Amino acid sequence: MKLVISIAGDNLQSPFDARFGRAAAFCLVDSDTGAWTAHANPALEAAGGAGVQAAQFVAGLGARAVVSGAYGPKAYASLSAAGIAMHLAPGNAPRTAADVLAQFQAGALNQAQAATQDGRH
Amino acid sequence: MRIVVASGKGGTGKTTVATSLALVGGESVRCLDCDVEAPNAALFLHPVLDRRQEVGIPLPRVDTALCTHCGKCAEVCQYHAIAVLGQTTLVFPELCHGCGSCTRLCPEAAITEHLHVTGVLEGGLTADGLEFARGLLQVGEPMAVPVIRELKRWPPLRRPALEIWDAPPGASCPVVETLRGADFALLVTEPTPFGLHDLKQVVGIARALEIPAGVVVNRDGIGDQGVDAYCADQGLPILLRIPMERRIAEGLARGRSLLETAPDYRPAFQALLAAIQDRVNTEYAP
Ligand code: SF4
Ligand code: SF4
Repeated sequence: MKLVISIAGDNLQSPFDARFGRAAAFCLVDSDTGAWTAHANPALEAAGGAGVQAAQFVAGLGARAVVSGAYGPKAYASLSAAGIAMHLAPGNAPRTAADVLAQFQAGALNQAQAATQDGRH
Repeated sequence: MRIVVASGKGGTGKTTVATSLALVGGESVRCLDCDVEAPNAALFLHPVLDRRQEVGIPLPRVDTALCTHCGKCAEVCQYHAIAVLGQTTLVFPELCHGCGSCTRLCPEAAITEHLHVTGVLEGGLTADGLEFARGLLQVGEPMAVPVIRELKRWPPLRRPALEIWDAPPGASCPVVETLRGADFALLVTEPTPFGLHDLKQVVGIARALEIPAGVVVNRDGIGDQGVDAYCADQGLPILLRIPMERRIAEGLARGRSLLETAPDYRPAFQALLAAIQDRVNTEYAP
């Protein structure tokens, strides 16, 4: 399955970025094969609506699931509409996208059931 | 002729100057309070507000039966207020600026527009017979600009020879929107370093919009020479100085206009208006 992880860098060893709409980039990983590509977040410069723009971008990448630390209400609504599962990697501990991928594969990550931040994006 | 009275921050006496100017202009004046987040010019002009109109922004609504999820609307929206995700097209009202681009570009004509009320316009005449109107942004609505735009477009009761637009304080989008289309920007400031800092910001806006500007120094004598030096350096005329006077402050606190409290200022405001008219006429002379 195609999974997107929000990251602060440009590869699978980059640090995990807990913000969704304002993440520096997204790592698109095939959770079965481990093949990955990195994509700069086009919403980073957005004055408003970053969550919506990031969600559309991620949907355009063909992702079926995302892992991030928090989802604003507009990102949540957009990702839900796209049928993309939103997983939460909680806490502030530094970790890489590869660590998060391992947690995801181990089934250790919960899905967000509602927007998890007030999303002033 | 359209004169905007602006200042970089609140509390400089901007509304005092705007209302005084309107009062010496007489019956041919229309005064608009464009400070839609906190309009207070009516406190000094006492108009009878008997006209009222709701205004807002046209929000797109997508007909799910017609939408093919082609994504054109989302592509054109620079505010990301409309998004196509899989088989769903979502509109985010808080992000929408009501520009109408999505509606125009939808190849299926699946989008219609519906007014989302964000404010109200109110207007009427004062006892002196001058026309007054103001906009009131609804509490919780984030965007002042559309209400200001509609206020400026509201048809006057009669064709005014002179318009005085009281701008919101600050130097952001609502001020820019108020200044758009003005013939002259009258900038009210205090002779202090803070006043100067804020003045520079509005001067920047007026320059960018190519609107000639002049300065009123309020509470003259309280600060330093910074504003004077800046104006001289920039070629900005100081058209009026209002000294710090206790009777004026007390009158304003009781909701009386400057000219009611201190009728001796009437000639000074008449001269101010004449000076502005002179400058505008020279500026736009063929
Ligand atoms: S442009 Fe029209 S048809 Fe295309 S996705 Fe938007 S609303 Fe639907
Ligand atoms: S009206 Fe303009 S701002 Fe609103 S959704 Fe359509 S394109 Fe975006």
